[in-house]
Amino acid sequence: MLDSTPSTVADRVALKINPAKTCQPVGAVYAALGVHGCLPHSHGSQGCCAYHRSHLTRHFKEPVMASTSSFTEGSSVFGGMANLTQAFSTIFEMYDPDIVAVHTTCLSEVIGDDIPTIISKAREEGRIPEGKVVVHCNTPSFVGSHVTGFSAMVKGFVKYLSESSGTPSTAINILPGWVEPSDMTEIKRLVAAFGLPMTMLPDTSSVLDAPATGEHAFFPKGGTTLPEIKAMGDARATLSLGTWASLDAATLLETTCGVPFQDLDLPIGLAATDRFIESLRGLAGVEVPAQIEDERGRLVDVISDMHQYLSGRKVAIYGDPDHVIALTEFCRDMDMLPVHVLTGSVGNAFETRIKDILADSVPDANVKAQGDLFLLHQWIKNEPVDLLLGTTYGKFIGRAEDIPLVRVGWPILDRVGHSYFPTVGYLGSLRLAVEIISAIQERQDRDAPDHAFELVL
Amino acid sequence: MDLLDDRKRQVVTAGEARAVVCDRPSVAGSVTQRACSFCGSRVVLYPIADALHLVHGPVGCAAYTWDIRGAQSSGPQLHRLSFNTDIREEEVIFGGEKKLARALRELVAIHRPKGAFVYATCLTGVIGDDVEAVCRMATAELGIPVIPVQSEGFKGTKKDGYSAACRALDQLIGTGPTEGIGPHSVNILGDFNIAGEIWVIKGYLERMGVEVVATMTGDGRVDTIRKAHGARLNIVQCAGSMTSVAKLMKEKYGIPYVQVSFFGLEDCADALYQVARHFGDPGMLRRTKDIVKAETEAVLPELARIRRDLEGKKAALYVGGAFKAFSLVKALRQIGMQVAMAGTQTGGPADYEHLKELCDADTILADDSNPLEMASWLALRDVDLFIGGVKERPVAFKLGIGFCDHNHERKIGLAGFEGCAAFAREVHATVTSPVWSLVPRRAGKALS
Repeated sequence: MLDSTPSTVADRVALKINPAKTCQPVGAVYAALGVHGCLPHSHGSQGCCAYHRSHLTRHFKEPVMASTSSFTEGSSVFGGMANLTQAFSTIFEMYDPDIVAVHTTCLSEVIGDDIPTIISKAREEGRIPEGKVVVHCNTPSFVGSHVTGFSAMVKGFVKYLSESSGTPSTAINILPGWVEPSDMTEIKRLVAAFGLPMTMLPDTSSVLDAPATGEHAFFPKGGTTLPEIKAMGDARATLSLGTWASLDAATLLETTCGVPFQDLDLPIGLAATDRFIESLRGLAGVEVPAQIEDERGRLVDVISDMHQYLSGRKVAIYGDPDHVIALTEFCRDMDMLPVHVLTGSVGNAFETRIKDILADSVPDANVKAQGDLFLLHQWIKNEPVDLLLGTTYGKFIGRAEDIPLVRVGWPILDRVGHSYFPTVGYLGSLRLAVEIISAIQERQDRDAPDHAFELVL
Repeated sequence: MDLLDDRKRQVVTAGEARAVVCDRPSVAGSVTQRACSFCGSRVVLYPIADALHLVHGPVGCAAYTWDIRGAQSSGPQLHRLSFNTDIREEEVIFGGEKKLARALRELVAIHRPKGAFVYATCLTGVIGDDVEAVCRMATAELGIPVIPVQSEGFKGTKKDGYSAACRALDQLIGTGPTEGIGPHSVNILGDFNIAGEIWVIKGYLERMGVEVVATMTGDGRVDTIRKAHGARLNIVQCAGSMTSVAKLMKEKYGIPYVQVSFFGLEDCADALYQVARHFGDPGMLRRTKDIVKAETEAVLPELARIRRDLEGKKAALYVGGAFKAFSLVKALRQIGMQVAMAGTQTGGPADYEHLKELCDADTILADDSNPLEMASWLALRDVDLFIGGVKERPVAFKLGIGFCDHNHERKIGLAGFEGCAAFAREVHATVTSPVWSLVPRRAGKALS
């Protein structure tokens, strides 16, 4: 009954059905939560903020704090300046953050509110106390997607705060992209193994994977600190992970502070992690630590041990571009066949990149940017797959077509674990590989007739 | 006036003489738990299962309202898909009306629905799309009712969205045939069939000999709503969301209504008696008595057992509308629990006065609260249970306090007599969970 998707693909130009993206502001909220003592502020109607908080809470099972300008009909006519000005007073009096990260919404963008002017006026009026910081980014919902909103907020922090003091440091910057708190922890562990001092922006570990302490910390202990963001301008290099989520901020650090960057994929899977580790090795000027070599070896070992279960399996991959690119390459390297690859976000570069990854193994794969899950479902009806790899939203397709789903990306609304166990690095990729293999083997056991049901797989 | 002082006017203890200041917009900059008009209209109309629900606006408004409510349908599942015009920069400049008209055509070609609701959002409101005109033309062209829902987010809180939803329903009601509808017939308003609750309520009514014409909107269908004006009585639960439909139907069609709640033994029995008394049929009244007696007896022993464990424990609740708060205070009392704090997103002055009467003198009553102050009250009053929705849940758990979702994300039906037992079981399970003895703040506190 849940399956109301016809298999014939008809042209749709005005309509999205079952989106594979959401709007920019939620990305700005997620990025801002990764800065210590920061309150994300939504300059728009109350609903936006409520939705973003609810959705992030559903994914992380954690409290998510953000304030709103609470637009009314009047603000939509006369502009939201009065609301934002009032908001600064309220915020600093009631919640006392170190920093407020304002992002816009479709409403405030169409009205044309000039955020920098409002901020400086509020500062003149003394509504922003001495020593407190306010930054902003523009995130109209009718442009980009949640991923570009994340990127815009990270860029906003750099733009407002990072400075070049003239004295370069030995530290490197890591822009981790839109990944889980667990992934950020794992990336920090890998960088530390090379003995490299670093700043990661944003860093949602110990914010959105906070332990139960018996207390509610309005501002949890994690997050990149203001002095750290400031000093990013002095770093000797930036590793930008995930082009869509991180490249803009990396580029800005280079143009304004002269910090060179390397544009890398999210380090998910063997090849992408190899490239990340190679970058770290180059920057550190040391050999790859034996421990990390071993982790790589274990990943290769498991993939080769289980090759017969992976080889030739068709998979549909969907979600955010940075994730989908890394996952596609990983699946290809495990000898799987990514026959349908889709993102809801914009970007012809996405399609080019995926086609490039699949040029030899699946040259006729269905690849689409700005797609939706209705289209993905139609593709699957026409060419079935063995596995779905993506967000929770794929569960409807999984049920309709009886295909197992391995959850990866954002959002995951119906399982836990993602915020605690990484999918980046060799260890994280091993965890993901194990999940994929288990899903395939579970399915094999379930479907096997008695005579072929075996103890040993 | 000092902001914090101003905020204090929205918080009282029940024994105080002064009234709760409420029905005012949230102050800009607060971490309010409230949402917008769009959200209100979307949750009310969403459960109509054979209609298209097309969000005319940015993708976010559609993405966040895609299958977020466990509003179950016994048949079609069309409401569980997400349809959106995905307004982009081009339409912001040139207008989105053409795209909307085209989207409706594309949708009807795929799904052939019974009707369609088109939700206006902040974005299409501010760029000035005439959603109503597009819907009018689409109705003529496509041969199904295409109904605009004027719920631009900036128009207010969820409460204002409820009104927009009610106006949309009003356009549908009265357009279908009413032949064959008997004298003892009702519509159920304001139950959304979360976890199948409306089936439980419908079951009681049918056993009483009452015919249910339309359910609005839980397990709702376009055709039954169209003939809802043929019913002789409207039963209104969740008064905040649906009373205005009942009022409109009273004016237009002379159909009386009763305001009820199906949460809690007392309220549930009262609801059924109100219906029976309205029809004044001796047989029905007798059957109702039998039902109430049998259903109550079936759950009382379990409630008594649970009460022994929960006696004297304290609860806090923060809900959308006040009617649910009334029922919860009573239902908690039934299982021996005191209410230390009760708050609502959108309660009115009369609601808070009634809450004051219901609660203990030292119960904190708060309008439009935020997580910071709620967390401080939960700790201050050392409560054992917090009842709320998705945004409140993790705050409770961080504090080491049991939690019960009485909102969209409840997975077990809590309405009706059997729902009372389910509610008690859920509260008992969370309050007495051994995990709380492992959380630092609660460690060492006896569980008993």
